[in-house]
Amino acid sequence: MANLKELSKNPEKVTGGHRLCAGCGAGIVIRQAMIAAGNTPVVTVSATGCMEVSTTIYPFSAWKNSFFHSAFENAAATASGIESAYKSLNKQGKIKEDFRFITFGGDGGTYDIGLQSLSGAMERGHRMLYICYNNEAYMNTGIQRSSATPKGADTTTAPAGKVKQGKEQNKKDLTQLMAAHNIPYVAQSYMGNWNDFITKVQKALATDGPSFINILTPCRLGWNYKPEETMNIGRLAMETCLWPSYEIENGVYTINAFPKEKKPVTEFLKPQGRFKHLFKPENAPILEAIQKEVDLRWEILQRRAELGKEKKPA
Amino acid sequence: MIKPVYSKGKLAAKTGNEVMAEAMRQIEPDVVAAYPITPATEIVQIFSQFVADGKVKTEFVAVESEHSAMSATLAASAAGARAMTGTSSQGLCLMWEMLNIAAGLRLPVVMAEVNRAISAPLNIHGDQSDAMGARDTGWIQIYSENSQEAYDNMIQAVKIAEKAKLPAMVTTDGFIISHCMEVVETYPDEDVKKFIGEYKPERYLLDTKRPFTMGSIELQDYYFEHRWQLAQAMRDAKKIAVDVAADFAKTFGRQYDLYEKYKLDDAEIAIVVIGSTAGTAKVVVDELREKGVKAGLLKVRVFRPFPAQDIAKDLAKVKALAVLDRADSCSGTFAPLYSDIASALFANGITSAKVVNYVYGLGGREIAPNHIAEVYDTLGKIAAGTQKPSTDVNYINVRIK
Repeated sequence: MANLKELSKNPEKVTGGHRLCAGCGAGIVIRQAMIAAGNTPVVTVSATGCMEVSTTIYPFSAWKNSFFHSAFENAAATASGIESAYKSLNKQGKIKEDFRFITFGGDGGTYDIGLQSLSGAMERGHRMLYICYNNEAYMNTGIQRSSATPKGADTTTAPAGKVKQGKEQNKKDLTQLMAAHNIPYVAQSYMGNWNDFITKVQKALATDGPSFINILTPCRLGWNYKPEETMNIGRLAMETCLWPSYEIENGVYTINAFPKEKKPVTEFLKPQGRFKHLFKPENAPILEAIQKEVDLRWEILQRRAELGKEKKPA
Repeated sequence: MIKPVYSKGKLAAKTGNEVMAEAMRQIEPDVVAAYPITPATEIVQIFSQFVADGKVKTEFVAVESEHSAMSATLAASAAGARAMTGTSSQGLCLMWEMLNIAAGLRLPVVMAEVNRAISAPLNIHGDQSDAMGARDTGWIQIYSENSQEAYDNMIQAVKIAEKAKLPAMVTTDGFIISHCMEVVETYPDEDVKKFIGEYKPERYLLDTKRPFTMGSIELQDYYFEHRWQLAQAMRDAKKIAVDVAADFAKTFGRQYDLYEKYKLDDAEIAIVVIGSTAGTAKVVVDELREKGVKAGLLKVRVFRPFPAQDIAKDLAKVKALAVLDRADSCSGTFAPLYSDIASALFANGITSAKVVNYVYGLGGREIAPNHIAEVYDTLGKIAAGTQKPSTDVNYINVRIK
């Protein structure tokens, strides 16, 4: 587990003054991830998205370490090029420092347009950490649905209207998709628990190979809630078991955070404007369907973790 | 048949793909990221074998697409590596977004590009539609007439790209050069390495002393200046390409210019062409010269940057000129090379020549000496005033209803 006293000595690699919204989850994710990296030299790579456009408006940059962006769908391929350059130059003795590579992408750049590039990079085994700051829609272009958008959410391309009640499909389970790549470290984390996330980042950076963290990252604009509620909403995702905190180390599952009492999903949905229409009496079946889906996924995860307990070396 | 010009040179029979891979082995980039595509696949395969046999120190990244190939290559370059790739046709199309970014970020990536038709219909054979589609992306483009030129161009491209801080592609005509075995003179590894020198980037991501942000968003206040700088870098690259060619001639003895003039100085009728067809056309020019016809040829080698002013000057005395394009433009008007030649002449006040446009050889359609002889025949009539020059695109060897 990460230690706050130790972490406080680590340099801040992301400076304040970036243009992200007040209450933006992504800003917290990048800051914590970079604090977790400590003094190790890091090259950060990013897909096009909110985080990239808000932290690098020329001639300014919020990044104290080297930062690279080229396009939307290729963050992982880009990082694999940088990692390969490092391997080559390090082997030739031209670069001596021990570098790490952290790639950030939103759910658009990760679940959808960048999925092929991510899959390729993970399969090739580049030593990089890919962090998906998953805010469940294309927020940078104005809240359009993605394959990470949950059922029932109101977005600008799957809006709630007179005959449709927001997105009709369930979200894709990207964490499982990454697990199917059999890479050494895959994790899911949530906001409102710095230790859960930072510990995972540190584990991932210590992994000799590719690693992936999917962190549910509230977007106060797209999810439509008060900016000061970001951490509370992040925690509710875990406490309702809608977004469990777990990790898969070399195929072995561990659940990292159990709610004291499993809350109904409505507690997560209620404070968010994007789900407002679901609370009309006629939409009760949608709420039931969401709850049922969450219960099923939570059940399957617990069974996997049970198997993990048996497989885990003592 | 190539005549050896370098004292330490070695003659060997090689295909275009083999010499491009051989040049890459000698250049020995730090990173190569590539994806196979006909007819460029061999380049990647041969190079992979060099890696597998420990003949190069290169990190080879077998990416999952050409989009990722260009992404990884340009990122490796940004990190501080000398980085190369190779592709063709659909692969180049898939890279298109990243071609612009490599140029915009001023990364001196070098690519072996085998010219092939683009879909649809699907066709794997040689024409220049792929590279012509990328002609304004900010890449230096050097076309080759044969395998020797492909080899020499690859070596020069590294130096030109790094001096100009622009990416560069060296092309060969698919199958016609890529799969045709010819005798090529290669130079010793150490001499090639000495010629290109060590890559020393000004700024790079892996520099712990001077970390920096690359790939920023730039709005109304800065974007335009950086795009101007890119366009200016391309203008400045002309002199760089000439200087590198001079350096190359001094070192290895083989002469190159931005374009080649073949019996052009006193020519009354001439053809402008790019790539392997220049070789065929030279045979026709020789035959016509024997008959006393003042025929000449201009072969464009460096198409980007386009040496407009010099070309215009050298075409000033020609009475009738045909520009042969191995790519069409679907613009409703002329094909790419014709448009550049015509604007070069016009902008430099040269209006004496009658200039016609021919599109030929799409999808690998044969272009034979008799086709080219017919073009010269028409040019002769235009020069004599017995035939009016066509004001629309002409097509060679195609069935048109």
